[in-house]
Amino acid sequence: MTDVPDHTKPQRSLLQQDAHTTKRNRAEKRFKTYGIIAIAIGLLMLAILLVTIIGRGSGAFQQTFLTLDVQLLEAKLDKKGDRNIEDIKKVSTFGYAPLMSAALETKVAALGIQTELKPKAMADILSKDAAAQLRDFVLANPDLIGTSVEFKFLTNSRVDGYMKERVTRESIANDKNINAAQLDLVDALHAAGALNKQFNLSFITGADASDARPEAAGMGVAMIGSLFMMLVVLILALPIGVAASIYLEEFAPKNLLTDIIEVNISNLAAVPSIVFGILGLAVFINYMHLPNSAPLVGGLVLTLMTLPTIIISTRASLKSVPPSIRDAALGVGASKMQSVFHHVLPLAAPGILTGTIIGLAQALGETAPLLLIGMVGFIASNPPDSIASGLLAPNSAMPAQIYEWAKRADPAFYERAWGGIIILLVFLVTMNAIAVLLRRRFERRW
Amino acid sequence: MRNFLNVAPTTLLVLVLLALTVVAFGIVRSRAMAAASGDSRKLHSLPNYYGYNAALFTAIPSLFVLVVWLLIQPVVIQNAVIEMIPQSAVDQGSSVNLVMSDVTRVANGLDAAVQAGSINPDRARNLSSSDTDVRALLAESGVALGSDVSPEVLAAAQRYRSMQGTGRLLMFAIVSTIALAGLVFAFRVTTEKFRARNMVERFLLSMLIAAASLAILTTVGIVLSMLFETINFFKLHPWQDFFLGTTWAPNFRGDSELSILPLLWGTLYISIIALLVAVPIGLFAAIYLSEYANSKVRAFAKPLLEILAGIPTIVYGLFALLTVGPFLVNLFGRGENGILGVDWMSGATSVLTAGLVMGIMLIPFVSSLSDDIINAVPQSLRDGSFGLGATHSETIRQVVLPAALPGIVGAVLLAASRAIGETMIVVLGAGAIARISANPLEAMTTITTRIVSQLTGDTDFASPETLVAFALGLTLFVLTLGLNVLALYIVRKYREQYE
Repeated sequence: MTDVPDHTKPQRSLLQQDAHTTKRNRAEKRFKTYGIIAIAIGLLMLAILLVTIIGRGSGAFQQTFLTLDVQLLEAKLDKKGDRNIEDIKKVSTFGYAPLMSAALETKVAALGIQTELKPKAMADILSKDAAAQLRDFVLANPDLIGTSVEFKFLTNSRVDGYMKERVTRESIANDKNINAAQLDLVDALHAAGALNKQFNLSFITGADASDARPEAAGMGVAMIGSLFMMLVVLILALPIGVAASIYLEEFAPKNLLTDIIEVNISNLAAVPSIVFGILGLAVFINYMHLPNSAPLVGGLVLTLMTLPTIIISTRASLKSVPPSIRDAALGVGASKMQSVFHHVLPLAAPGILTGTIIGLAQALGETAPLLLIGMVGFIASNPPDSIASGLLAPNSAMPAQIYEWAKRADPAFYERAWGGIIILLVFLVTMNAIAVLLRRRFERRW
Repeated sequence: MRNFLNVAPTTLLVLVLLALTVVAFGIVRSRAMAAASGDSRKLHSLPNYYGYNAALFTAIPSLFVLVVWLLIQPVVIQNAVIEMIPQSAVDQGSSVNLVMSDVTRVANGLDAAVQAGSINPDRARNLSSSDTDVRALLAESGVALGSDVSPEVLAAAQRYRSMQGTGRLLMFAIVSTIALAGLVFAFRVTTEKFRARNMVERFLLSMLIAAASLAILTTVGIVLSMLFETINFFKLHPWQDFFLGTTWAPNFRGDSELSILPLLWGTLYISIIALLVAVPIGLFAAIYLSEYANSKVRAFAKPLLEILAGIPTIVYGLFALLTVGPFLVNLFGRGENGILGVDWMSGATSVLTAGLVMGIMLIPFVSSLSDDIINAVPQSLRDGSFGLGATHSETIRQVVLPAALPGIVGAVLLAASRAIGETMIVVLGAGAIARISANPLEAMTTITTRIVSQLTGDTDFASPETLVAFALGLTLFVLTLGLNVLALYIVRKYREQYE
């Protein structure tokens, strides 16, 4: 008999963990915690981002207005008294400023507010755009000349900032645009109910404004620019992308050319967007002499950028149509082309549409290539009046407009930029939601 | 009638072509039916195919010629007109291109004036700068010119107009002739026995091939457009300075130092910080989601994380500039008033700002790619490991991750190429100072930022300061392409192991 260790009696209970096992279990728990922490960080960042955007941007949808009763004096606005619109147009915004000033003075006196401010300094709490606002109103309603109208004037961005607590009495110490006495007046007017914050539709529909007038700047025209670009992308990228995918998925023989095309497409999908901007600048603007800053050029560049996305998703949805469909079509005598166009393509259509919408959403948020083809650095002041000018006249686009605001010095523009982001994100969320709904509604499992 | 004439000739031509196409479809379809004496069963193909065939023959070749014509005509005219401009007409400090843009402006202005009816066509043709003030004349019709029109420019503009007029007429004639010829050809070949469907399908197939080849064309376009300008750049600027110098100091009066090294350093530094943020977080998130999380957590956390990937980069850029940057300044740069009481950071833009935000952007990129790769590891490997008594984390670390490693490396490389090519975050968050420094709290600049700044605003495509952007773009393209190809190669090689 050799010495056999006695195994009959366990040295410790199986239920009791030894040191090594405890260590391993602790490592297990640690590892799992790392994963949870990683996800938590990711979600936290998302939450911070969204809270920042909404917190800082929602202010842009509200603007401080001052309600005044303005006497539209005939002697000032229409000296001849014949309501000839050409004559009224000759009165520049300088002709309207005294009316506003007088209206403000009357209002202050009527409310019994004490102030040492000169009328000129009082009128400075109004926006530099207010006179133009009034002028546009009068030009639209010349019949009202000679009467007194109640009108809501935009206030200066500093006053607006004060009402939104962005500007404080401490922060204006060195500010030339506003002083403490003016803020006292603002407080008094606010207490009397003449000056308050209201929903600001012109931020959504209006045009950009110059550096000195952040309170008048809006996204509307840039939105139209984006719309035209998306139109170009849709018209070009969808048919070309679908045609390319049909060829690659259904017809292409396995050869060198097909291989080259496939590698090309996957590489194009990963080329930095700014490189497409360089391509657009060199080919569309310098070589073809298409107009600078035109949504058409932007649309062409974004088309080239979006094509790989659309091709990849279209191929996936063509692939998901089972071969039995093709076989059945071929079996009843359809040609290859007929089987694809009459049977496979309609069945793949929901998937193609979903992919296209997602590609468009990507293109809508893209900024870098637009900088190179000149869609920044100017003020797009009027909405285009026809489809041709919508495509060819210089315009901005939503992300380019946001970039433009982010670069300006006045912090009031930052609020606009965040607000612009909210609008942009609303578009993106809507598009993605439509894509998800389409997928849910029409997706077929074979 | 006026409105009709005002439609640009190209639009008119396209409308004519469309009309011809519709006519062709109708005529040829009925011809086919007539050939079969009204009984479509006698035809080789369905009657509509004869119509489609005619429509394609009418529209496609003529449209193709039209597009080519539109691309080539401006170049031909430009070259012909540039030859007319004598060297003496080019002022000091100006260039032939600037004079040429004056010429086109005068020519277009005259066209606009004629169209607006302020001068009649004959007068526009015979204008001479000695007896009329062309500038004032054009100003009346809303075309502003920067300087007075010299006789040479006016002559060139007249030549430009006449060539353009002739070109338009020729284009109209040739393109519509081709369309008609196509129509006649289709009409002639249409008989009972004609295999219209096969013809149409061959046509369609070649269009599909053309669409697919656009990808190649785009790549070729990208490479060529940057290559030519890059060659021009190296003719004006020594390549040694570009690749080996250490200073980036563009100076629009000439004599600039344009070296890529400081920009490359900034780019790589920011990308490395971004990857240091994104890779651990993304990887652990992917591991947790694919290995530990139950389906409920997965269905909730995965789409939420992917939202981060769908947010446009301009949003991240603004976030970097206005939120993260000021926060970091509060942390590191306020001296006694700051959170840490140190004064290391002077402005909101820095390598760290851009890197952190870019890292956040890349988290979902890394996590969803790694998630796919980890899920592709066969369950049998895990089961084997569990069977040997390994814990879950040991299985992941010692079995799953090594098996998924090539794929994960590929994902990281793709993320790196994203980081290198990212523009908006660095334009807004990284600063504009080119320097080689190890301090992440300093502002630095990147390749993409410099491309944007050299190519926006007033650009002169004859100066090295502008052309350098193309050299930078080409470098960027090659860099990212290399990373992508490497990543795809690694991923493909890995996939073969389990298939």
